Amino acid sequence: MVSAVMNGGGGHGSALRSFLKKVAQFVIVLATTLLGLVAVTFFIGRVVPIDPVIAVVGDRAPAHVYERVRTELGLDRPLIEQFVIYVKKAATGDFGNSVLTTNPVMTDIINVFPATLELATLGTLIGVLIGIPLGVLAAVKRGTLIDQFVRVLGLVGYSVPIFWLGLMGLLLFYAKLGWVAGPGRIDVTYSYLYTPVTGIVLLDTAMQGQWDAFWDAVSHVILPACLLGYFSLAYISRMTRSFMLNELAQEYVIAARVKGLSEMRVIWRHALRNAAVPLVTVIALSYANLLEGSVLTETVFAWPGLGQYITNSLQNADMNAVLGGTLVIGTVFVLLNLVSDLLYRLLDPRTR
Amino acid sequence: MAGAPLAEQPAGLRAWLLSPEPHSRWQARLGRFYLGWRAFSRNPLAVVGLGIVILLILLAIFADVIAPYSPVAGGDLRTQRLLPPSETFWFGTDDQARDIFSRVVYGSRITLFVVVLVALIATPIGLLVGTVSGYLGGWVDTVLMRITDIFLAFPRLVLALAFVAALGPGIENAIIAIAITSWPPYARIARAETLMIRNSDFIAAVKLQGASTPRIIMGHVVPLCISSLIVRVTLDMAGIILTAAGLGFLGLGAQPPMPEWGAMVATGRNYLIDQWWVAAMPGLAIFVVSLGFNLLGDGLRDVLDPKAAK
Amino acid sequence: MTKPLLDVEDLRVRFHLRTGTVEAVRGVSFQLGRERLGIVGESGSGKSQTGRAILGLTPPPGEVTAKRLAFDGIDLLTASNRTLRTLRGGRISMVMQDPKYSLNPVMTIGEQIIEAYQAHAKAGRNEARDKALAMLEAVKMRDPGRVFALYPHEVSGGMGQRAMIAMMLVTDPDLLIADEPTSALDVTVSMEVLRILDELVTERGMGLIFISHDLKLVSSFCDRVLVMYAGRVVEELEAKNLREAQHPYTQGLMRCLPTLVDDVRPLPTLNRDPAWAL
Repeated sequence: MVSAVMNGGGGHGSALRSFLKKVAQFVIVLATTLLGLVAVTFFIGRVVPIDPVIAVVGDRAPAHVYERVRTELGLDRPLIEQFVIYVKKAATGDFGNSVLTTNPVMTDIINVFPATLELATLGTLIGVLIGIPLGVLAAVKRGTLIDQFVRVLGLVGYSVPIFWLGLMGLLLFYAKLGWVAGPGRIDVTYSYLYTPVTGIVLLDTAMQGQWDAFWDAVSHVILPACLLGYFSLAYISRMTRSFMLNELAQEYVIAARVKGLSEMRVIWRHALRNAAVPLVTVIALSYANLLEGSVLTETVFAWPGLGQYITNSLQNADMNAVLGGTLVIGTVFVLLNLVSDLLYRLLDPRTR
Repeated sequence: MAGAPLAEQPAGLRAWLLSPEPHSRWQARLGRFYLGWRAFSRNPLAVVGLGIVILLILLAIFADVIAPYSPVAGGDLRTQRLLPPSETFWFGTDDQARDIFSRVVYGSRITLFVVVLVALIATPIGLLVGTVSGYLGGWVDTVLMRITDIFLAFPRLVLALAFVAALGPGIENAIIAIAITSWPPYARIARAETLMIRNSDFIAAVKLQGASTPRIIMGHVVPLCISSLIVRVTLDMAGIILTAAGLGFLGLGAQPPMPEWGAMVATGRNYLIDQWWVAAMPGLAIFVVSLGFNLLGDGLRDVLDPKAAK
Repeated sequence: MTKPLLDVEDLRVRFHLRTGTVEAVRGVSFQLGRERLGIVGESGSGKSQTGRAILGLTPPPGEVTAKRLAFDGIDLLTASNRTLRTLRGGRISMVMQDPKYSLNPVMTIGEQIIEAYQAHAKAGRNEARDKALAMLEAVKMRDPGRVFALYPHEVSGGMGQRAMIAMMLVTDPDLLIADEPTSALDVTVSMEVLRILDELVTERGMGLIFISHDLKLVSSFCDRVLVMYAGRVVEELEAKNLREAQHPYTQGLMRCLPTLVDDVRPLPTLNRDPAWAL
């Protein structure tokens, strides 16, 4: 069949071949990257100075118990074999059990991940809805006050520590002004009024018509979401400005003006349409950055997401949980990068 | 188009620096440096950034003289805990009756220590991997770049967290963890630059003169990558400071009683509502220093790589 | 006695930069009816900026002044933005140099032509589509329907330039400014494009300003020629009278052109007299 494809001259045969080749390359890159991620976490796991056996049995266990657990954990096998087993387990999502909760780490992660997704999604939404118009405005009105303002916004976003800004936000909006609720996802009194279905409180409460609980959840999520949203919009507006400046200097923009199109149309239908191609990549990357930012944000706001899960496990020396969580975040990162790559190819007709 | 025309014939040192026909390599080098400095100083924000960084260095060196109190020994636990900012305690005191201003000043040493060490460790690694990979190409390039991509695939803070989790908390481990996560972007930059110059005529000329590969890489390729790398490292320093502070905030960096700024914010968290200064002041320090490096990096980029500016 | 289509008197274009003011166009004057005018000059002579100034598209740090700049009696200097936009694309159009850059890469050719048409005619999508296809036929595209759906990077340079012409002429303008329309094309392709341009301009009785650095080309294509140097018009004459050029710059240019008949060795070069730039 392969030879038939190879011999089927010209047009269709070779187009199919090159497409398959691209897909194959793509899969190989993805597989090696993920394998590399697993290798790194495996390596980190082996670097731990704590004896993992003792972590399970305690340091007063008799020798035969120690040996038995050691064999169970597979630590008597050669390193390569251990690695292969580790890879196989990782592929099926088996990261071992959490020392703290005694649940399989994967179960724990599935429980906490939606909370992080909620924050990252809301944050990115804010970043896109505010960041893109700001960036366009700054590019169009280059050198004016609004341009300076957007650049300052971006600069502060790159310099301010997220955990500190979160704390100051809590101080101002929660403690001093009382506009929003404090740390946590929802007030304890409301948490019994709805059943968790999707894991996303806003959706669950709304779907079940528990509006008091819904508004309480909103009041809890708004500050951390705005915090992440600010970082997102600082990044997105800066990149949008940069891309727009690039496009507005192009010949086709002049041609569009020659055609007598309104300036609005030139900016949005021509310049932004072209800037959208790299911009979509930026948005995907921003989402990935917010996943990272949520680690510290969740700590500040006692938000029960993956970030808090990792840091809690860290402080309890629960290596399985830490590594499992790290691997999950790393995988999501890789997938997001991939998605952004694909989107770029889809949107730019020159690369199709 | 030439730059601003010189109105009158400059005398003395300036004339020597700007001379169009320098007599020695040093004169040429200093002259170029002077021109670069003039371009840099035309940007007020960049100068502010430089000022902040210099202030950081001065604080670190002269901490003993500048800080009025000891950063680790507290005052009277009955009367001097959690005092608001005042004439005696400029930034107030914390829960162990220690002067926050003094702690912030001494904390500058830790910040500088972390930043310098990470830069010193990560930059050579990145430079080496990038230039070798770019110059040799082939499977060496593929393997090295795959490894780089794998490290790039992890979010920096998370990977640093995982390493510190494995190695145990402490400032040295934090530095190693951050350095491990910092070198990949430098490798990419070095490789990109190397690819651009690899096929130039002057490299071919040196090869024809019989230079060995290591000599070409070290003597010719590396110096050309340095300027874009310097820009990137400076811009990165803000991120390094933020990551280090983040680790400190989570209790994974310098251990108490060391006055690490991130850890100080974490302590302040417990007293946020009524004694806001305990968290606010060290956080402000992190912000200002980070801002300084960002401004400095932006200014350097405008001077060293004007095409990337704006 | 009809009023001229385009009346330009003492046009000046200045760029106020941080390092000083640069005058790209220094007092250009001419009148244009429904005829073909060529503007010839080297890079930096100000010929392109003249074209942009007429359209009101001088890029931002630039400032345009003139004693008179009028199109069909309408004063372009004091006209409102709305008036200018109606004129641009509707009555005055411009074909630019390189279709690789002057066509929007993420819109199909057909879409861009439709957009140009609908900006000036109250037409529905179907009518605009028909007009666009008709225009593609008029520029001798072999398969107008197929080209309609293609993106600019999917067509060759010659096709792209013809698409550009289609896009700029679909609204039936009175005046066309062609800014180096064939400079980015191969010789044979550019001959074809010029032939099409020739036909369309004659058919529709349009005025044409042909900007180029190629003196020979301009003289064969246009009725009158303006020679520009350092922002000024140094010579204005009928194309057929080029051999009687008075100004030393023009004479120098004519002398530099190699001919098949004479064998002049070495080939003369231009000796610039700084007096020309005053």
